[in-house]
Amino acid sequence: MKASWVAEKNSVETSLVSGAELFIQGLQNEEVDVLFGYPGGAVLPIYDALYKAEMKHVLTRHEQGAIHAAQGYARVTGKPGVVLATSGPGATNLVTGIADAMIDSIPLVIFTGQVATNVIGTDAFQEADIVGITMPITKHNYQVQRAEDLPRIMKEAFHIANTGRKGPVLIDIPKDVAVKTTEVKEHPGIHLPGYQPTLKPNILQVKRLNEALLQAKKPVLLTGAGVLAAKAEKELAAFAEYHQIPVAQTLLGLGGFAAEHPLCLGMAGMHGTYAANMALYDCDLLIGVGARFDDRLTGNLDHFAKKAMIAHIDIDPAEIGKNVPTEIPIVGCAKETLSALNQIAADKGDYSDWVIQLSQFKSEYPLTYKTNESELKPQKLMQILHEVTQGGAIVATDVGQHQMWAAQYYRFSDPNRWITSGGLGTMGFGFPAAIGAKVGRPELPVIAVVGDGGFQMTLQELGVLQDWGLPVIVVIVNNKSLGMVRQWQEIFYEKRFSHSLLDIQPDFVKLASAYGIDGKLATTEEEVREALTAALASKKPFVLDCVVSADENVYPMIAPGKGLHEMIGVRG
Amino acid sequence: MRRIISATVLNESGVLNRLTGLLTKRQFNIENITVGHTEDPAVSKVTLTVWVEDDRKAEQLVKQLHKQINILKVRDLTNMALVSRELALIKVLTTPDTRSEIKMLIEPFRATVLDVSLENVTLEVTGDSEKIDALIELLRPYGIKEISRTGVTAIPRGTQKKVLELHPYSIM
Ligand SMILES: Cc1ncc(C[n+]2csc(CCOP(=O)(O)OP(=O)(O)O)c2C)c(N)n1
Ligand SMILES: [Mg+2]
Repeated sequence: MKASWVAEKNSVETSLVSGAELFIQGLQNEEVDVLFGYPGGAVLPIYDALYKAEMKHVLTRHEQGAIHAAQGYARVTGKPGVVLATSGPGATNLVTGIADAMIDSIPLVIFTGQVATNVIGTDAFQEADIVGITMPITKHNYQVQRAEDLPRIMKEAFHIANTGRKGPVLIDIPKDVAVKTTEVKEHPGIHLPGYQPTLKPNILQVKRLNEALLQAKKPVLLTGAGVLAAKAEKELAAFAEYHQIPVAQTLLGLGGFAAEHPLCLGMAGMHGTYAANMALYDCDLLIGVGARFDDRLTGNLDHFAKKAMIAHIDIDPAEIGKNVPTEIPIVGCAKETLSALNQIAADKGDYSDWVIQLSQFKSEYPLTYKTNESELKPQKLMQILHEVTQGGAIVATDVGQHQMWAAQYYRFSDPNRWITSGGLGTMGFGFPAAIGAKVGRPELPVIAVVGDGGFQMTLQELGVLQDWGLPVIVVIVNNKSLGMVRQWQEIFYEKRFSHSLLDIQPDFVKLASAYGIDGKLATTEEEVREALTAALASKKPFVLDCVVSADENVYPMIAPGKGLHEMIGVRG
Repeated sequence: MRRIISATVLNESGVLNRLTGLLTKRQFNIENITVGHTEDPAVSKVTLTVWVEDDRKAEQLVKQLHKQINILKVRDLTNMALVSRELALIKVLTTPDTRSEIKMLIEPFRATVLDVSLENVTLEVTGDSEKIDALIELLRPYGIKEISRTGVTAIPRGTQKKVLELHPYSIM
């Protein structure tokens, strides 16, 4: 009697697992291969489980670095980036990255520690209401009340983050929930009655678009990050080629359609090409695909595509008709919708006059800049980057002028090589994002193109390069200023350069060396070429401080309040 | 224009916060909001009255609400045939002279007296918002001490005229 009771008790005991162990199991179920994080009191039990499970974990030097790294990882792998931080300050340090991922639809699953359930709401040490704080900047968020709920919540979170319109999901885990043991049950499966993203388009609307194509004389495609998220590049190319429709791209959509393609007009918007902006201005049928008509793209809406019928393909119905009245709304994933369009395509219109006109715009008004023997031009720097990497690198940028120059001059031919903070415009994003990208795609060269200003927001992550020997190449586009701010002050504030000139700078090469990383100062095209070639061959981390013209501006430009046809600086 | 929106939501912590936060973020002004359980205890019904500029704004509101993971269903009831009700408690100053006058006055409104004291009476009235507004205006000259209104709750009628049912947006 007694013996069997003991045996039974033991077998029950062995099937008991802690919340932290369930967390590890949840990660394994989702085939998570790496976490980006930073430990602290509330996540000690989780870090202990990580230690035992030998999970790969990249310790950044700031939680902001962890979340941007996870974003870079997600962008290039298509898998959700996973972040772990402690409660209170650890969690609030993630906020910028969460908002960035939300507005740019990047799939993340973020775990934060929380104080124990019995002290939540008492202003306990390192307590912050991170669920409340992040409610408007997450696709969804949870606080786990019982360890046994964790497997279901994790499953739901990964599902929500990486389906439909992708985005960040946060899971807040109180310390006692991670410690408490519970019986392992069969996975309950997900229960999300309020979440059923529409993937398949309504065929009637698809047919309407197909018919509109026959009526059109001047159609144009505007393609965004939705094409990349849906992995719809092939379907897009087939569609554009079959009908001979020119393609303009958003900042985040670069790489979805090859820059070298004859139908490619380049980037549209505030710093877009003449051809792309005039195509959007003058078209009679505008087909938006996975793009959200953001104000930096449309310019003044009163002048945006006024002669056009608008068709909008988007996985998020709330984006359709939000900024631009839409005649042909198509809710669906870009891949499914474009292949449906390709399947029914039979007759086609003749747009040859339009295509010729736009090709003329491309050759008559290309992106240009003035060269000058004595200075390294930032635009030229981007062209050298493209040349040395043969256009095949992953390029992650920070925010500012250098970001626009990279977008304009690093002509992307392949998808998922371009990582930039579009919607939020987060300085400090680029360098850690490059780290995450290198972790996700170690076989590809990764270049962080950063400004001298923004690099100083997250440069402590040099510690990660040192730690892992990660061969990320940091290219500092050093104009000794907060260049984009300086540009606006020059143009709109009569050159009153209020707090935008950064004459006082660290010696970036010495700084790299303090982290045991090689670096070089480059002031000429030749120096850049040589240093980059050597750095790529070395397979070691490298910091290249490039001194570029300090007063260069990004052109063309559409001033705030102006329409797409009112570009300034078109001839450079 | 005034819109009555009904949202069926999962009865989870934070869902109301999420809903009102979304309205704030997107600059919608809530005129009133009511929340309560439905026939299913796991599900609650929220009825909101909001002011929006135009149909496009209203469409945005419905779509943004619908996007929330724990909101199950959103309906713009504005153009539907509805049964809608609001309840108000009104405390009116009285004197021995006015007491019976007030009683007469409220009768057509089917308001009932819940509490009487020397200086005031408290009335309960149910109806659509316009009816309640009208009663309040009639009582105002006597001196209103306090009003507490629940906000509108609504349900579509069993039979709808076909034309009215047509959804103005063609997203699906
Ligand atoms: C976190 C944050 N703070 C402020 C800004 C505003 N801002 C946009 S661009 C810019 C200047 C960036 O300077 P730098 O990093 O040197 O890049 P550059 O424009 O010179 O290429 C600033 C301050 C921002 N985008 N993000
Ligand atoms: Mg700069």
